[in-house]
Amino acid sequence: MKTLEEFVALFAEQFDETDASEFAPETDFRELDEWSSLIGLSIIAMVDEEFGIALKGNDFRQATTISDLYEIIKSKQ
Amino acid sequence: MDTNYNPYSLSGKTILITGASSGIGKATAIECSRMGAQLIITGRNEERLQQTFDSLAGEGHQQIAVDISNADGVLRLVDGVSAVDCLFNNAGVSTTKPIGFIAENEIERLFDTNVKAPILLTNMMVKKKKINKGGSVVFTSSIGRYVVTPGNNLYAATKGALSAFMKGAAVELASKKIRCNAVLPGMIETPIMTGKGSISEEQWELNKQRYPLKRFGTPEEVAWLVIYLFSDASQFITGSEFVIDGGRSLSI
Repeated sequence: MKTLEEFVALFAEQFDETDASEFAPETDFRELDEWSSLIGLSIIAMVDEEFGIALKGNDFRQATTISDLYEIIKSKQ
Repeated sequence: MDTNYNPYSLSGKTILITGASSGIGKATAIECSRMGAQLIITGRNEERLQQTFDSLAGEGHQQIAVDISNADGVLRLVDGVSAVDCLFNNAGVSTTKPIGFIAENEIERLFDTNVKAPILLTNMMVKKKKINKGGSVVFTSSIGRYVVTPGNNLYAATKGALSAFMKGAAVELASKKIRCNAVLPGMIETPIMTGKGSISEEQWELNKQRYPLKRFGTPEEVAWLVIYLFSDASQFITGSEFVIDGGRSLSI
Protein backbone atom coordinates (compact mmCIF):
# COMPACT_ATOMS: atom_id res chain seq x y z
CA MET A 1 0.00 0.00 0.00
CA LYS A 2 1.08 3.55 -0.71
CA THR A 3 2.59 5.55 2.15
CA LEU A 4 0.87 8.49 3.80
CA GLU A 5 3.30 10.86 2.03
CA GLU A 6 2.41 9.36 -1.33
CA PHE A 7 -1.28 9.66 -0.50
CA VAL A 8 -0.87 13.34 0.40
CA ALA A 9 0.82 13.89 -2.99
CA LEU A 10 -2.00 12.08 -4.83
CA PHE A 11 -4.53 14.12 -2.84
CA ALA A 12 -2.76 17.36 -3.83
CA GLU A 13 -2.77 16.33 -7.50
CA GLN A 14 -6.57 16.68 -7.61
CA PHE A 15 -6.24 20.44 -7.04
CA ASP A 16 -5.30 22.95 -9.74
CA GLU A 17 -4.78 26.24 -7.88
CA THR A 18 -3.63 25.21 -4.42
CA ASP A 19 0.15 24.85 -4.15
CA ALA A 20 1.40 21.37 -3.25
CA SER A 21 3.25 22.89 -0.26
CA GLU A 22 -0.12 23.60 1.39
CA PHE A 23 -0.86 19.88 1.75
CA ALA A 24 0.24 17.93 4.80
CA PRO A 25 -1.21 14.93 6.63
CA GLU A 26 -2.88 17.25 9.16
CA THR A 27 -4.42 19.56 6.52
CA ASP A 28 -8.14 20.11 7.07
CA PHE A 29 -8.98 19.78 3.39
CA ARG A 30 -12.48 21.26 3.54
CA GLU A 31 -10.93 24.54 4.72
CA LEU A 32 -8.98 24.93 1.48
CA ASP A 33 -10.42 27.67 -0.76
CA GLU A 34 -10.36 25.42 -3.79
CA TRP A 35 -12.25 22.55 -2.12
CA SER A 36 -15.45 21.65 -4.03
CA SER A 37 -17.81 18.75 -4.54
CA LEU A 38 -16.09 18.03 -7.87
CA ILE A 39 -12.74 17.69 -6.12
CA GLY A 40 -14.47 15.44 -3.59
CA LEU A 41 -15.62 13.21 -6.47
CA SER A 42 -12.10 13.24 -7.88
CA ILE A 43 -10.68 12.11 -4.53
CA ILE A 44 -13.19 9.23 -4.41
CA ALA A 45 -12.29 8.25 -8.00
CA MET A 46 -8.54 8.52 -7.24
CA VAL A 47 -8.90 6.26 -4.19
CA ASP A 48 -10.81 3.74 -6.32
CA GLU A 49 -8.10 3.83 -9.01
CA GLU A 50 -5.05 3.76 -6.72
CA PHE A 51 -6.29 1.56 -3.86
CA GLY A 52 -9.19 -0.35 -5.41
CA ILE A 53 -11.51 0.90 -2.68
CA ALA A 54 -14.93 2.45 -3.28
CA LEU A 55 -15.27 5.11 -0.57
CA LYS A 56 -18.80 5.84 0.55
CA GLY A 57 -20.03 9.38 1.15
CA ASN A 58 -20.34 8.59 4.82
CA ASP A 59 -16.71 7.36 5.02
CA PHE A 60 -15.68 10.65 3.58
CA ARG A 61 -17.72 12.61 6.09
CA GLN A 62 -15.85 10.99 8.98
CA ALA A 63 -12.54 12.43 7.79
CA THR A 64 -11.40 15.93 8.69
CA THR A 65 -7.75 15.73 7.66
CA ILE A 66 -5.96 13.99 4.81
CA SER A 67 -4.44 11.63 7.33
CA ASP A 68 -7.92 10.70 8.65
CA LEU A 69 -8.90 9.70 5.15
CA TYR A 70 -5.71 7.68 4.75
CA GLU A 71 -6.53 5.77 7.95
CA ILE A 72 -10.05 5.01 6.67
CA ILE A 73 -8.58 3.64 3.43
CA LYS A 74 -6.07 1.58 5.39
CA SER A 75 -8.84 0.09 7.53
CA LYS A 76 -10.62 -1.06 4.36
CA GLN A 77 -7.58 -2.72 2.78
CA MET B 1 -71.76 9.64 -17.53
CA ASP B 2 -70.05 6.65 -19.15
CA THR B 3 -68.18 5.02 -16.28
CA ASN B 4 -66.21 2.85 -18.71
CA TYR B 5 -64.78 5.87 -20.52
CA ASN B 6 -61.02 5.77 -20.08
CA PRO B 7 -58.71 6.86 -22.92
CA TYR B 8 -55.73 6.02 -20.70
CA SER B 9 -56.60 2.36 -20.37
CA LEU B 10 -54.00 -0.30 -21.17
CA SER B 11 -56.58 -3.04 -21.26
CA GLY B 12 -55.78 -5.60 -23.98
CA LYS B 13 -52.23 -4.28 -24.53
CA THR B 14 -49.13 -6.47 -24.25
CA ILE B 15 -46.12 -4.63 -22.84
CA LEU B 16 -42.44 -5.62 -22.75
CA ILE B 17 -40.36 -3.90 -20.05
CA THR B 18 -36.57 -4.12 -19.63
CA GLY B 19 -34.91 -3.40 -16.29
CA ALA B 20 -38.06 -4.60 -14.52
CA SER B 21 -36.32 -6.02 -11.46
CA SER B 22 -36.08 -2.67 -9.71
CA GLY B 23 -36.79 1.05 -9.71
CA ILE B 24 -38.71 2.68 -12.53
CA GLY B 25 -39.03 -0.59 -14.51
CA LYS B 26 -40.50 -2.45 -11.56
CA ALA B 27 -42.97 0.30 -10.70
CA THR B 28 -44.01 0.64 -14.34
CA ALA B 29 -44.61 -3.10 -14.67
CA ILE B 30 -46.79 -3.14 -11.56
CA GLU B 31 -48.73 0.00 -12.49
CA CYS B 32 -49.29 -1.23 -16.08
CA SER B 33 -50.63 -4.53 -14.76
CA ARG B 34 -53.03 -2.59 -12.54
CA MET B 35 -54.19 -0.72 -15.65
CA GLY B 36 -55.13 -4.01 -17.32
CA ALA B 37 -52.05 -4.78 -19.46
CA GLN B 38 -50.39 -8.15 -20.07
CA LEU B 39 -46.74 -7.86 -19.06
CA ILE B 40 -43.53 -9.45 -20.26
CA ILE B 41 -40.86 -8.40 -17.80
CA THR B 42 -37.15 -8.86 -18.12
CA GLY B 43 -34.06 -8.17 -15.99
CA ARG B 44 -30.70 -9.69 -15.13
CA ASN B 45 -31.40 -10.66 -11.55
CA GLU B 46 -33.68 -13.71 -11.41
CA GLU B 47 -34.57 -13.35 -7.76
CA ARG B 48 -35.53 -9.68 -7.94
CA LEU B 49 -37.35 -10.22 -11.24
CA GLN B 50 -39.43 -12.89 -9.49
CA GLN B 51 -40.31 -10.33 -6.79
CA THR B 52 -41.61 -7.94 -9.45
CA PHE B 53 -43.47 -10.81 -11.12
CA ASP B 54 -45.14 -11.75 -7.84
CA SER B 55 -46.31 -8.14 -7.43
CA LEU B 56 -48.11 -7.96 -10.79
CA ALA B 57 -51.90 -7.68 -10.76
CA GLY B 58 -53.93 -10.07 -12.92
CA GLU B 59 -52.95 -13.26 -14.72
CA GLY B 60 -51.01 -14.42 -17.76
CA HIS B 61 -47.84 -12.38 -17.38
CA GLN B 62 -44.43 -13.62 -18.49
CA GLN B 63 -40.91 -13.16 -17.13
CA ILE B 64 -37.59 -13.73 -18.89
CA ALA B 65 -34.35 -13.35 -16.91
CA VAL B 66 -31.66 -12.32 -19.38
CA ASP B 67 -28.70 -9.95 -19.67
CA ILE B 68 -29.39 -7.74 -22.69
CA SER B 69 -26.05 -5.92 -22.62
CA ASN B 70 -24.91 -8.25 -25.42
CA ALA B 71 -26.51 -9.21 -28.73
CA ASP B 72 -27.00 -12.87 -27.76
CA GLY B 73 -29.07 -11.87 -24.75
CA VAL B 74 -31.17 -9.49 -26.83
CA LEU B 75 -31.81 -12.21 -29.42
CA ARG B 76 -32.80 -14.66 -26.70
CA LEU B 77 -35.30 -12.14 -25.36
CA VAL B 78 -36.77 -11.33 -28.78
CA ASP B 79 -37.14 -15.04 -29.61
CA GLY B 80 -38.86 -15.61 -26.27
CA VAL B 81 -41.63 -13.05 -26.73
CA SER B 82 -44.73 -12.78 -28.85
CA ALA B 83 -45.64 -9.55 -30.66
CA VAL B 84 -46.19 -6.65 -28.24
CA ASP B 85 -48.07 -3.37 -28.36
CA CYS B 86 -45.66 -1.47 -26.16
CA LEU B 87 -41.95 -1.65 -25.44
CA PHE B 88 -40.28 0.09 -22.51
CA ASN B 89 -36.52 0.35 -23.10
CA ASN B 90 -35.72 1.15 -19.52
CA ALA B 91 -32.75 -0.91 -18.27
CA GLY B 92 -29.87 1.35 -17.35
CA VAL B 93 -26.72 1.67 -15.28
CA SER B 94 -24.93 4.72 -13.96
CA THR B 95 -21.59 5.83 -12.60
CA THR B 96 -20.10 8.95 -11.06
CA LYS B 97 -16.61 9.59 -12.40
CA PRO B 98 -15.02 12.99 -12.96
CA ILE B 99 -13.10 13.46 -16.20
CA GLY B 100 -9.61 12.09 -15.68
CA PHE B 101 -10.93 8.90 -14.07
CA ILE B 102 -13.01 7.39 -16.86
CA ALA B 103 -11.80 3.84 -17.63
CA GLU B 104 -12.42 2.24 -21.01
CA ASN B 105 -14.33 -0.69 -19.49
CA GLU B 106 -16.60 1.76 -17.69
CA ILE B 107 -17.44 3.44 -21.01
CA GLU B 108 -18.25 0.02 -22.45
CA ARG B 109 -20.34 -1.00 -19.44
CA LEU B 110 -22.49 2.14 -19.61
CA PHE B 111 -22.88 2.26 -23.38
CA ASP B 112 -23.59 -1.49 -23.66
CA THR B 113 -26.57 -1.33 -21.31
CA ASN B 114 -27.82 2.24 -21.82
CA VAL B 115 -27.36 2.58 -25.59
CA LYS B 116 -26.46 -0.65 -27.37
CA ALA B 117 -29.14 -2.78 -25.69
CA PRO B 118 -32.13 -0.52 -26.43
CA ILE B 119 -30.94 0.06 -30.02
CA LEU B 120 -30.46 -3.68 -30.63
CA LEU B 121 -33.73 -4.62 -28.95
CA THR B 122 -35.78 -2.05 -30.87
CA ASN B 123 -33.99 -3.09 -34.07
CA MET B 124 -34.64 -6.81 -33.61
CA MET B 125 -38.24 -6.35 -32.48
CA VAL B 126 -38.93 -4.35 -35.64
CA LYS B 127 -37.04 -6.74 -37.89
CA LYS B 128 -39.00 -9.72 -36.52
CA LYS B 129 -42.23 -7.73 -36.74
CA LYS B 130 -42.86 -8.08 -33.03
CA ILE B 131 -44.14 -4.55 -32.43
CA ASN B 132 -47.79 -4.28 -33.46
CA LYS B 133 -49.12 -1.52 -35.68
CA GLY B 134 -50.25 1.35 -33.48
CA GLY B 135 -47.58 0.40 -30.94
CA SER B 136 -45.65 2.64 -28.58
CA VAL B 137 -41.97 2.49 -27.68
CA VAL B 138 -40.75 4.47 -24.66
CA PHE B 139 -37.11 5.01 -23.67
CA THR B 140 -35.82 6.00 -20.24
CA SER B 141 -33.51 8.92 -20.89
CA SER B 142 -32.61 11.46 -18.17
CA ILE B 143 -32.55 15.20 -17.47
CA GLY B 144 -28.80 14.52 -17.27
CA ARG B 145 -28.95 14.74 -21.04
CA TYR B 146 -29.49 18.52 -20.67
CA VAL B 147 -28.57 19.43 -17.10
CA VAL B 148 -25.17 18.03 -16.32
CA THR B 149 -23.72 17.83 -12.83
CA PRO B 150 -20.06 17.03 -12.01
CA GLY B 151 -19.16 13.38 -12.43
CA ASN B 152 -22.23 12.69 -14.55
CA ASN B 153 -20.54 13.18 -17.92
CA LEU B 154 -20.50 9.54 -19.08
CA TYR B 155 -24.07 8.78 -17.95
CA ALA B 156 -25.22 12.01 -19.67
CA ALA B 157 -23.46 10.97 -22.88
CA THR B 158 -25.32 7.64 -22.95
CA LYS B 159 -28.67 9.34 -22.39
CA GLY B 160 -27.95 11.94 -25.10
CA ALA B 161 -27.21 9.10 -27.51
CA LEU B 162 -30.37 7.28 -26.47
CA SER B 163 -32.60 10.34 -26.95
CA ALA B 164 -31.05 10.95 -30.38
CA PHE B 165 -31.75 7.34 -31.38
CA MET B 166 -35.33 7.67 -30.13
CA LYS B 167 -35.94 10.61 -32.48
CA GLY B 168 -34.51 8.73 -35.45
CA ALA B 169 -36.66 5.73 -34.59
CA ALA B 170 -39.77 7.94 -34.32
CA VAL B 171 -39.25 9.17 -37.89
CA GLU B 172 -38.51 5.73 -39.34
CA LEU B 173 -41.23 3.80 -37.53
CA ALA B 174 -43.98 6.35 -38.18
CA SER B 175 -44.87 4.54 -41.41
CA LYS B 176 -45.61 1.44 -39.33
CA LYS B 177 -47.72 3.60 -37.00
CA ILE B 178 -45.30 2.87 -34.17
CA ARG B 179 -44.64 5.85 -31.90
CA CYS B 180 -41.38 6.48 -30.02
CA ASN B 181 -40.90 8.83 -27.08
CA ALA B 182 -38.58 9.30 -24.11
CA VAL B 183 -39.09 10.10 -20.47
CA LEU B 184 -36.39 12.24 -18.84
CA PRO B 185 -36.58 11.80 -15.08
CA GLY B 186 -34.70 13.92 -12.60
CA MET B 187 -33.60 12.28 -9.37
CA ILE B 188 -35.94 9.42 -8.54
CA GLU B 189 -35.69 7.41 -5.34
CA THR B 190 -34.45 4.17 -6.96
CA PRO B 191 -31.56 1.76 -6.32
CA ILE B 192 -29.59 3.15 -9.29
CA MET B 193 -29.46 6.53 -7.52
CA THR B 194 -29.49 5.59 -3.87
CA GLY B 195 -27.56 2.30 -3.89
CA LYS B 196 -24.11 3.65 -4.63
CA GLY B 197 -23.73 5.52 -1.36
CA SER B 198 -21.10 7.71 -2.96
CA ILE B 199 -22.77 10.85 -1.71
CA SER B 200 -23.36 11.65 1.93
CA GLU B 201 -26.75 12.22 3.50
CA GLU B 202 -26.07 15.97 3.75
CA GLN B 203 -25.32 16.20 0.04
CA TRP B 204 -28.44 14.17 -0.63
CA GLU B 205 -30.58 16.67 1.30
CA LEU B 206 -28.78 19.63 -0.28
CA ASN B 207 -29.50 18.20 -3.72
CA LYS B 208 -33.18 17.85 -2.80
CA GLN B 209 -33.35 21.56 -2.01
CA ARG B 210 -32.42 22.28 -5.64
CA TYR B 211 -35.74 20.77 -6.72
CA PRO B 212 -38.47 23.45 -6.68
CA LEU B 213 -40.90 20.84 -5.32
CA LYS B 214 -38.31 20.10 -2.57
CA ARG B 215 -38.25 16.37 -3.04
CA PHE B 216 -37.15 13.66 -5.45
CA GLY B 217 -39.65 11.75 -7.56
CA THR B 218 -41.02 8.27 -6.97
CA PRO B 219 -40.80 5.43 -9.50
CA GLU B 220 -44.62 5.34 -9.66
CA GLU B 221 -44.74 8.97 -10.78
CA VAL B 222 -42.54 8.08 -13.77
CA ALA B 223 -44.67 4.97 -14.38
CA TRP B 224 -47.81 7.11 -14.72
CA LEU B 225 -46.12 9.20 -17.43
CA VAL B 226 -45.05 6.04 -19.26
CA ILE B 227 -48.63 4.72 -19.01
CA TYR B 228 -49.86 7.87 -20.72
CA LEU B 229 -47.33 7.38 -23.53
CA PHE B 230 -48.38 3.72 -23.91
CA SER B 231 -52.09 4.53 -23.95
CA ASP B 232 -54.10 5.59 -26.98
CA ALA B 233 -54.58 8.97 -25.30
CA SER B 234 -51.11 9.93 -26.57
CA GLN B 235 -51.59 8.68 -30.12
CA PHE B 236 -50.58 11.99 -31.74
CA ILE B 237 -47.30 12.15 -29.79
CA THR B 238 -44.10 10.79 -31.28
CA GLY B 239 -40.43 11.80 -31.13
CA SER B 240 -40.93 13.81 -27.96
CA GLU B 241 -38.97 14.01 -24.73
CA PHE B 242 -40.86 14.39 -21.47
CA VAL B 243 -39.02 15.95 -18.55
CA ILE B 244 -40.30 14.73 -15.17
CA ASP B 245 -38.15 16.37 -12.52
CA GLY B 246 -40.19 18.45 -10.08
CA GLY B 247 -38.89 21.55 -11.84
CA ARG B 248 -35.19 20.78 -11.29
CA SER B 249 -34.09 21.70 -14.81
CA LEU B 250 -35.77 25.12 -14.71
CA SER B 251 -32.85 26.85 -13.02
CA ILE B 252 -29.14 26.26 -12.47
